[in-house]
Amino acid sequence: MASLQMAALLSAPSTPVPSDRVRVGSLRLSASSSSAARNGGALVVRSEAKVSGGGASARGLSLITHAVAEKAAAASSADSKPGHELLLFEALREGLDEEMERDPTVCVMGEDVGHYGGSYKVTKGLATKYGDLRVLDTPIAENSFTGMGIGSAMTGLRPVVEGMNMGFLLLAYNQISNNCGMLHYTSGGQFKIPIVIRGPGGVGRQLGAEHSQRLESYFQSIPGLQMVACSTPYNAKGLMKAAIRSENPVVLFEHVLLYNLKERIPDEEYVLSLEEAEMVRPGEHVTILTYSRMRYHVMQAAKTLVNKGYDPEVIDIRSLKPFDLYTIGNSIKKTHRVLIVEECMRTGGIGASLRSAIIDNFWDYLDAPILCLSSQDVPTPYAGTLENWTVVQPEQIVAAVEQLCK
Amino acid sequence: MAAFSAVKIPPPQFTTVRSSSQRPGSSPAHFAHSPSAFNSISFGSAKSVRSRPLFAVSSDVVSSDKTKPASSSSSNPAVTREVALELYEDMVLGRAFEDMCAQMYYRGKMFGFVHLYNGQEAVSTGFIKLLNQSDKVVSTYRDHVHALSKGVPSREVMAELFGKATGCCRGQGGSMHMFSAAHNVLGGFAFIGEGIPVATGAAFSAKYHHEVLKQSKPEGLDVTLAFFGDGTCNNGQFFECLNMAQLWKLPIIFVVENNLWAIGMSHLRATSDPEIWKKGPAFGMPGVHVDGMDVLKVREVAQEAIARARRGEGPTLVECETYRFRGHSLADPDELRKPDEKAHYAARDPIIALKKYIIEHGLASESELKSIDKKIDDVVEDAVEFADSSPLPPRTQLLENVFADPKGFGIGPDGKYRCEDPLFTQGTAQV
Repeated sequence: MASLQMAALLSAPSTPVPSDRVRVGSLRLSASSSSAARNGGALVVRSEAKVSGGGASARGLSLITHAVAEKAAAASSADSKPGHELLLFEALREGLDEEMERDPTVCVMGEDVGHYGGSYKVTKGLATKYGDLRVLDTPIAENSFTGMGIGSAMTGLRPVVEGMNMGFLLLAYNQISNNCGMLHYTSGGQFKIPIVIRGPGGVGRQLGAEHSQRLESYFQSIPGLQMVACSTPYNAKGLMKAAIRSENPVVLFEHVLLYNLKERIPDEEYVLSLEEAEMVRPGEHVTILTYSRMRYHVMQAAKTLVNKGYDPEVIDIRSLKPFDLYTIGNSIKKTHRVLIVEECMRTGGIGASLRSAIIDNFWDYLDAPILCLSSQDVPTPYAGTLENWTVVQPEQIVAAVEQLCK
Repeated sequence: MAAFSAVKIPPPQFTTVRSSSQRPGSSPAHFAHSPSAFNSISFGSAKSVRSRPLFAVSSDVVSSDKTKPASSSSSNPAVTREVALELYEDMVLGRAFEDMCAQMYYRGKMFGFVHLYNGQEAVSTGFIKLLNQSDKVVSTYRDHVHALSKGVPSREVMAELFGKATGCCRGQGGSMHMFSAAHNVLGGFAFIGEGIPVATGAAFSAKYHHEVLKQSKPEGLDVTLAFFGDGTCNNGQFFECLNMAQLWKLPIIFVVENNLWAIGMSHLRATSDPEIWKKGPAFGMPGVHVDGMDVLKVREVAQEAIARARRGEGPTLVECETYRFRGHSLADPDELRKPDEKAHYAARDPIIALKKYIIEHGLASESELKSIDKKIDDVVEDAVEFADSSPLPPRTQLLENVFADPKGFGIGPDGKYRCEDPLFTQGTAQV
């Protein structure tokens, strides 16, 4: 897709990456025995540490020092370039497959995940490989099978529950809020819920209001839950693996329109950090915070902005709950201007929370009010024109940056 | 065995019939189908009829199985002395504990919503005393006695109710959220129905451990018991889980504690077909109705259901006709239930019935039973003293258990994980 290639182009920094951008904290993290044990020795990659400043392909390679080489020389000798190319949904599947291979307690539950291979093909082939019990086709009963996932997580398994569309998980809200989020606490820490709840959400192409929902805003208040949103094949695989290995319940938001993005990802095993944001394009003039599909609208706008002489810094926040205030804060301390671009509704969305968090923590560094571009508070219309006006478009992003930088 | 495998059901009876296996001493059910029944139910035993089909399990098992003589025969008791005393002690513990809860509540030692189990002890004892340590119990908000039967120490339950740090959930759960990893009590849920999928998941896990992880046990699959009430049987999660449990033949037993009332809503006013056991065969699993005021009958049914589940034959739905002697909770004025209904069930107090049985069959003397009563009183008093003298949870505990991995609180502006902030362990960090 043109937008991803554009993103790769634009993510090459115009200035050398300052050394403070490399998180020395990563050493502490991998040195801590609990996290090393948890990640099984694979290096947890701090995504923003782009030392060499190359494109997407170099990003992962230069940092992997002692990860397990899952695919041996075979793959790398096939091409002249290292790594292998795949689509985002294949990256998700690869991550899931690797984790299921590594840990037999990892299992998948959801509608049509088994024989059908998943409505977006994320679980294609897994049922044949792992059997019907490990890749369980459930009846259409979201609340109950999510609860079933929680009960099995409490008793030793690590289920990955798929919502065929994230919107369907509204039916599972009882279980997600009460049991997923709260049970570890109300049991006094006796039971952990290492569950991953994932699925496609967001506004697609004329799917209608109910299939175009953004549940991240609804779930964000639930205490005890972590939420991440993937946006590239690289971070999709890394976040999938991290979510599965996490002892916390994690909701992994995928986007209907991003499944066919193609990228070259490393052959070596890597796991990303659930709590960190991703530096997409370093810059000086304005911090643009975004996630999921809006990242691409932002990068498209960035092309226009660069031509107009602006230097935006684009951060894909990735972790919707909790926010990575370090990456975000460092950026704000440099640019003093913030624009949030999201697909959530304006009211009570991720942007609203992010704005509050920035005001609480970085007020003194701001030279301008925080601008937040969100979707309209409108049930997503079916008509294409109306749907386009519901979500944020690149022109609006350009206009917002121009306003901010006046 | 024979009674359970009969899945064939006679068509619904719209005329009330007297079951041929009804014995003089047994207690009939009162599910008449005539519309007038919705307005008034007479609980006089002389006139009552039951429309339950002939294979109501408890009676058939007892009368047809020659190795287990009828429980009313005074020559051969259905249980050994040891078992009888174990059952008696467990039921007395449940009763004494709940009575103490009421006292403590009115003295301002415990707060909020407290739902007591008085009257239903036979169900908890009848089922849970057959379980192994690795079997799981999932309950609702009426969970104190389930926890006690499963082996959670009275001290820990009482301390939890007092909101102390020594409670089984560190004071963070309360009356409606009793959990014990050590004794495999998986909660304690406040919303009815939400525990049933969790129980289904635990049963799924047992099957998974056996089939995928190849961790089999000689005794068979670990069994999960899901306890819930009549009100829950109209909830979607109940039906969804009956379907899934039978579909995958999960080792779970759905135990319905039908006490006829969901707060102030009579079961008959809320349910189109009030015979809950019938909903089992609708999903392909055996549905059993049992007298939940008789611990020995409950235990017999439980034995077979548990054995089925262990063998991998799948779930069973057991409807226990029982009654709560107190209101729905300690805040419930309990004005809707009629005195004659209450009197009818008070006369069937399971503890008194078992006591009578034990003495009639010469399994123990009155003074032995009294000494058990005294022992339990001491246990409960000790639990109260322990709870009273236990410390309240300190501020430092506030943030500790929100996440199993506290990195979930994220990275703060200084680059450190929030959980590394010293204020975090003091419970005062900004998270």
